[in-house]
Amino acid sequence: MVKSVTNLGRTGAYDWLMQRVSAVVLALYTLFLTGFVLGSSDLDYAQWAGLFDQMWMRIFSLLALISLGIHSWVGLWTITTDYIKPTALRFVIQAGCGLIMFVYLVWGVEILWGL
Amino acid sequence: MLVSLYRYNPETDNVPYMQDVEVELPEGKDLMVLDVLHMIKEDDVSVAFRRSCREGVCGSDGMNINGMNRLACVTPVSEVVKNNKLVLRPLPGLPVVRDLVVDMSIFYQQYERIQPYLINDNPEPAIERLQSPEDREKLDGLYECILCACCSTACPSFWWNPDKFVGPAGLLQAYRFLADSRDTATAERLDNLDDPFSVFRCRGIMNCVSVCPKGLNPTRAIGHIRTMLMQRTT
Repeated sequence: MVKSVTNLGRTGAYDWLMQRVSAVVLALYTLFLTGFVLGSSDLDYAQWAGLFDQMWMRIFSLLALISLGIHSWVGLWTITTDYIKPTALRFVIQAGCGLIMFVYLVWGVEILWGL
Repeated sequence: MLVSLYRYNPETDNVPYMQDVEVELPEGKDLMVLDVLHMIKEDDVSVAFRRSCREGVCGSDGMNINGMNRLACVTPVSEVVKNNKLVLRPLPGLPVVRDLVVDMSIFYQQYERIQPYLINDNPEPAIERLQSPEDREKLDGLYECILCACCSTACPSFWWNPDKFVGPAGLLQAYRFLADSRDTATAERLDNLDDPFSVFRCRGIMNCVSVCPKGLNPTRAIGHIRTMLMQRTT
């Protein structure tokens, strides 16, 4: 058993599952948005704002945003533990990644509910 | 044929170097790479490599042959030679003791960690612990591993975290005992593997499958372990 406190959950199975679940959410969101853009002729601001004005779309977008945070944390945590061996440097980079993700999340909420 | 040989003697060399040796291959005969090494050693006794059974059973002569980990004793020269050249290097990712001989301590430590023996707390039967032919069949493709380390030393996840990631060879054996109907320590074994490194550092690139000289599939075994871990936690 290898002890780790910086990964997302406490077990490898949890991280693995969350990475896959978040990937499915992101794929669905990407497919939906692509379909929406391709499916609507003369896409203008009113249509775009109308879409994001609906509660289900805000929830879907927030879910995608949280999934992005989870997915990138698991991925970047794996990359940093693979390639950055000095513990202090690795921790600083991981903390930086966490901070950026938090900023994006708050910023995303602000955009979604500020429209 | 030109053989480019990795040489390093820590007592005399500051850094490793590649030594080019011209070898005259006999006509009409396909030698194994190990035979070529023996021919080289006849002229230069200082060349160091491990070998024992010379028939792919002991797993001593795993090495990197023209970029791929293989057993020298069962690899025909004709199969690997490129442009009449053979490049022989030690297994990647492990400390070199000398020339083609690597220090396999960390590989064995990971093997030891998965408790590669049958654990059964039930009272011993008079003769033996019986197993149905179906249950015995589940061990096929697992027990044949000879621990040559070709797979683990071809795995980038093992290169980066050899102290934390068990590696394909160890995990194949871990599943061999998880799948054994006579073993009663399944929960304990899974507890020891359920962290972000031991099993889940496998990214499924399947280098292990493509190099295994016994044709085994560690990636599939790792998938089975992952499923067992998921089933008990979700």
